[in-house]
Amino acid sequence: MSLIVNGAKVSAPADARTSLLDLLREDLHLTGTKKGCNQGACGACTVLVDGERVLACLTLAVQVDGREVTTIEGLAGADALHPLQVAFIEHDGFQCGYCTPGQICSAMGMAAEAGRGVPSHVTADLAAEVTLTREEIQERMSGNLCRCGAHNGIIDAIRATLAAETPA
Amino acid sequence: MSIVDNAKQVAQGLVQSAMERLVPLAPDSWIPGGVPDPLIARKHGTIGTPVSRLDGALKVTGTAAFSAEYRFENMLYAALAYATIARGRIAAIDSAAAEAAPGVVLVMTHRNAPRMATPPAFGSSPTGVGPADLPVLQDDRIHWNGQPIACVLAETQEQADHAATLLQITYEVEAATTSLADAKAKGIEQGIFMGHPLLNEVGDAEAAFAAAPHKIDQIYRTPRHNHNPIEPHAATMAWNGDTLTIHDASQMVTQQAQTLADVFGLETEQVRLTSPYVGGGFGSKGLWDHQIIGAAAARLSGRPVRIALSREGVYRVVGGRSLTEQRVALGARADGTLEALIHTGLSVMTPHNNMPEPFILGSQAAYASPNILLKVEVTRMHTLANTFMRAPGEAVGTFALESAIDELAEQLGIDPVELRLRNEPEKDPVNGRPFSSRHIAEAWRSGADRFGWADRPAPGTRQQGEWRIGLGCATGTYPYYRMPGAEARITLSRDGEDVRAKVEVAAAEMGMGTATTTAMVAAERLGLAIEQVEVAYGDSTIPGAIMAGGSQQTAAIGAAVIAAHGELVGELLKLAGNDSPLAGLSAQEVGCDDGALAALADPARRERYASILTRAQRDAITVTKAGSMPLETMHWSMHSHSALFCEVAVNTVTGETRVRRFLGSFDCGRILNPKTAASQFRGGIIMGLGMALMEETQFDERSGRIMNPSLAEYHVPVHLDVPEIDVIWTDIPDPHTPMGAHGVGEIGITGVAAAVANAIYNATGRRVRDLPITLDKLL
Amino acid sequence: MTPLTYLRAADAPEAVRLGAAAGAAFLGGGTNLVDLLRETVARPETLVDVSALPATIEETEGGGLLIGAAVRNTALAEHRVVRTRYPMLARAILAGASAQIRNMATVGGNLLQRTRCTYFYDTDGSRCNKRLPGSGCDAREGFNRIHAVLGASEACVATHPSDMCVALAALDAVVHVTGPAGPRSIAFGDLHRLPGDAPDRDTTLAQGDLIQVVELPPLAFGATSTYRKVRDRASYAFALVSVAAALKLEGDRVSDVRIAFGGVAHKPWRALKAEAALRGARATQQAFLDAAALEFQDAEPLRDNAFKPALAGRTLAAVLQALATGEAA
Repeated sequence: MSLIVNGAKVSAPADARTSLLDLLREDLHLTGTKKGCNQGACGACTVLVDGERVLACLTLAVQVDGREVTTIEGLAGADALHPLQVAFIEHDGFQCGYCTPGQICSAMGMAAEAGRGVPSHVTADLAAEVTLTREEIQERMSGNLCRCGAHNGIIDAIRATLAAETPA
Repeated sequence: MSIVDNAKQVAQGLVQSAMERLVPLAPDSWIPGGVPDPLIARKHGTIGTPVSRLDGALKVTGTAAFSAEYRFENMLYAALAYATIARGRIAAIDSAAAEAAPGVVLVMTHRNAPRMATPPAFGSSPTGVGPADLPVLQDDRIHWNGQPIACVLAETQEQADHAATLLQITYEVEAATTSLADAKAKGIEQGIFMGHPLLNEVGDAEAAFAAAPHKIDQIYRTPRHNHNPIEPHAATMAWNGDTLTIHDASQMVTQQAQTLADVFGLETEQVRLTSPYVGGGFGSKGLWDHQIIGAAAARLSGRPVRIALSREGVYRVVGGRSLTEQRVALGARADGTLEALIHTGLSVMTPHNNMPEPFILGSQAAYASPNILLKVEVTRMHTLANTFMRAPGEAVGTFALESAIDELAEQLGIDPVELRLRNEPEKDPVNGRPFSSRHIAEAWRSGADRFGWADRPAPGTRQQGEWRIGLGCATGTYPYYRMPGAEARITLSRDGEDVRAKVEVAAAEMGMGTATTTAMVAAERLGLAIEQVEVAYGDSTIPGAIMAGGSQQTAAIGAAVIAAHGELVGELLKLAGNDSPLAGLSAQEVGCDDGALAALADPARRERYASILTRAQRDAITVTKAGSMPLETMHWSMHSHSALFCEVAVNTVTGETRVRRFLGSFDCGRILNPKTAASQFRGGIIMGLGMALMEETQFDERSGRIMNPSLAEYHVPVHLDVPEIDVIWTDIPDPHTPMGAHGVGEIGITGVAAAVANAIYNATGRRVRDLPITLDKLL
Repeated sequence: MTPLTYLRAADAPEAVRLGAAAGAAFLGGGTNLVDLLRETVARPETLVDVSALPATIEETEGGGLLIGAAVRNTALAEHRVVRTRYPMLARAILAGASAQIRNMATVGGNLLQRTRCTYFYDTDGSRCNKRLPGSGCDAREGFNRIHAVLGASEACVATHPSDMCVALAALDAVVHVTGPAGPRSIAFGDLHRLPGDAPDRDTTLAQGDLIQVVELPPLAFGATSTYRKVRDRASYAFALVSVAAALKLEGDRVSDVRIAFGGVAHKPWRALKAEAALRGARATQQAFLDAAALEFQDAEPLRDNAFKPALAGRTLAAVLQALATGEAA
């Protein structure tokens, strides 16, 4: 069994208990994906699997056999920053930096969801086009906790980068 | 906490008290900051401009290495087993199954752990930062429900975690005090904090209160809280002979290394602790049992160890903020001026630590009153040792005081902002010292204007659909501290004409922006561009001791950098010698500007660093210097201040509260980096919103066990809970502090819970006096 | 996590064969089970991954839906038919967990979510009859803010945590199961159990029973439905109380109504008494409150959750009022 991580083929672990998170961090030394709670309650381990944001801590590595995993390390090219990463710096969308890779990966997944019209808890009209208002982004990013309190900067960075193409 | 340790604390307190009697009487010029630093007055360099974090790229790419991301060859993974009783002893441990489990290398319990000294508890010595006066894994005693009692090392984390579940432990249970009522019945004592009794008396407050024409007298309660940094506590470590290298997550790098050295009977130099990145701390990233256990297990196994606490493990091992029950009694005249201010009450700690939650600290300099009584008493329960959490004392104390002020304003029919301004003190109400810099009235006025405070409705009168809307305000004071012991090492080096400076400080960066601000301060002093300055920190081999606590790190670093800079100028002048245009000038007559030393009186008289070093045939020059003794804190009354405004909506159907707007107007001296300071303010405010509305550590009084050790059941604010938070500041420098700055890390949370509670009152007419204000309290 | 073997089922018969073995457990999205494995609340020897089984959503001739058990929560919530004909279901799903978890969680797995009772999760330190039958219940006299007020037993006061299931209960969903004894269909109300003396059994499923399809029958007034969740923070928290409701009016009278409550019982609570009381009644705020009061007349609140009956009633009344006036979002 194998999976693709940031474009490279990787063997699934021998121990079925190994989470995708531990595979990334301990076996592949891709420590950009963070372990905040290991119980699906903080979002720090958010990665993209086949483009969808998921929690690496609640994913057994064997479950993603044959699928493509993108982590923060695979978001931009080598020595380059994704515009969203630049915006996080500009808007001071973090303090300690521990939840940050998860926030960024989550925002990427969120933009894709909104782009294909997935509604959210705060969407007033389920039949209407999705507009990424501030409140919509806040709700859609609520699975990513931040304890330093960088919420405003995070939302500002996302709005400036990913919500620009949709009416506000 | 033993009697001896208490005596030590009291003795330290006496020495401090003597200093505190003498220092206020000394002339200003004898005191650090007494002759204002000329650099405070003029803005130059990048000071006061928004600078993005220098470690930003590392953090947004996930390449900043946190403690659990270091690796050693042949490293083992640790898992802990925790006691499930509150008090007693371990009768038996059957570890056969665990030892036989796949991948297991070691099961360590009190039976086979190396002999270690008890870590000196926090406050019992200058460098002691142990969590409690308790030995770690040295005997069969259980002191709290959740105490780590065994450590399993295995080749993988999965193997270690599984094996830890196979340990069979039987206990002899002893009676434990795990309910507040029991604890109170067993005794209440005066709280002593950092060597001082938490007791302030001015006049006869009870008599004045009894005689006052207008009174508020209420009890306010706050529950236990946990810090919940998103990075769980972890350390990765290896022994090389008798030398320990530990990559830790630490707010107090040097002190933790020293305490570990004390535990293992080593010299200071034999422990190297690094902590360049800390994934949030808020008071929690100190020394707890796990680092000691990890180091012991590494020693016993002869292999490097990673010990990363599970989220539950953090709740079992790392203490949080204790609960409080506070009485605030205010006696006032009809015009609102206070005749009596009484703020007393109870907090809880353990038999083996000394941390009464000092909730009166924020009441000491808040309001003028001829009669003041402030007192914290404590009772003891058999629990995990509680500890500092963001604005210890002030965060919960201001909930009581500022709610009571709001209640008084309501009773008297005086606008709550106006009531506060009427009670603005001219000097410190408790110790009589002059304020070094206090512009809270200006913060109130600018905040009220910007927020639209004048439009505040009468309580319970504004509704939009299902939502009742209300505005509230509160103020906070947080003391300016500067702890002694900080040093800075500056190395100025030359590569051809290029000059660079390396500034090393034994500080910690948890996201406050310390690394960036230090570079800004050093660059300004040195007359270099910020790109020419490298800041090193988070390493116990760096001289001096600094702590990321008490909102004092920036001041401590600043004083050390200023001192080292002065030393550097002197050394450069010596190197420059008589062939320099600067010849004959003293260090005091020279400043730094654009990569050169320049005469202050005649900046054209100058010589470039590169030129001085080249002529002296030197590639580099290094100086190390300690900051001045922080006597200024005994000479003036020094505080950060806030005026907070909050708008809430409370749902009439469900009782749910949403914070719709929040404004923090701050008076915190010169703001060095508006970008990172704003984030500190906002971060504190948001933690305060959590405290106001949702945060509570559920402590089961039957078992002494924390029942919500999880980020799913301990609620912290999520994105949708957090409105856009407006922050403004006076930016008036304090002439008596390094760079004119005050701390900004803890003033943010101070007063927030009261601002929310007061807004909820304004929306609904309901006063809630126990936190958190959950929806059931508003139905 | 105890050592385990991971197997992937290629089709339903293989899943049933593998899942029927003692010590086997089906794995869907893993959002609850992996957590329970790590906490050692669940200790299966074999995981049978059924997340690759059919994940299609098909319309039935009558206008209902057949939802494959492996359909992810997000996919169901964003489905055009669900959004228009069963908005209460879309809203219930979107009110649950976080976007990441909804992307992972399957429909079948969501039905089998286990309680969030903190004593249930505390394998080392607490007694729990659901986790270890006969050990006792520490929740009854402990922290029980999120616990049941209806249908609880001496043995257990836990609640079912799913939002989606509350809507499915109101919609009279049918759960199509196949198992060692062959296929069968279970009315949604018969899937989850009340705790009684056996709170360790959340459902009426037997070992090896595999949820294959969840069927939504057509509901003519389903478009006039919604879901409202009340919780301790604005998002990403389990319900204290939730209401799924659909309303059909004729003039000023209720001609038909569907109501289910979440957060109040060991199972999603279909409010049949309230529905019966409302059918034919005038659609007034008082009638809504009275119907809720009838539903909760036997409520037995615990130390920390005495607010629930009233909160549930007020929330129901507000939801029905909004549906009646066309203001429900």
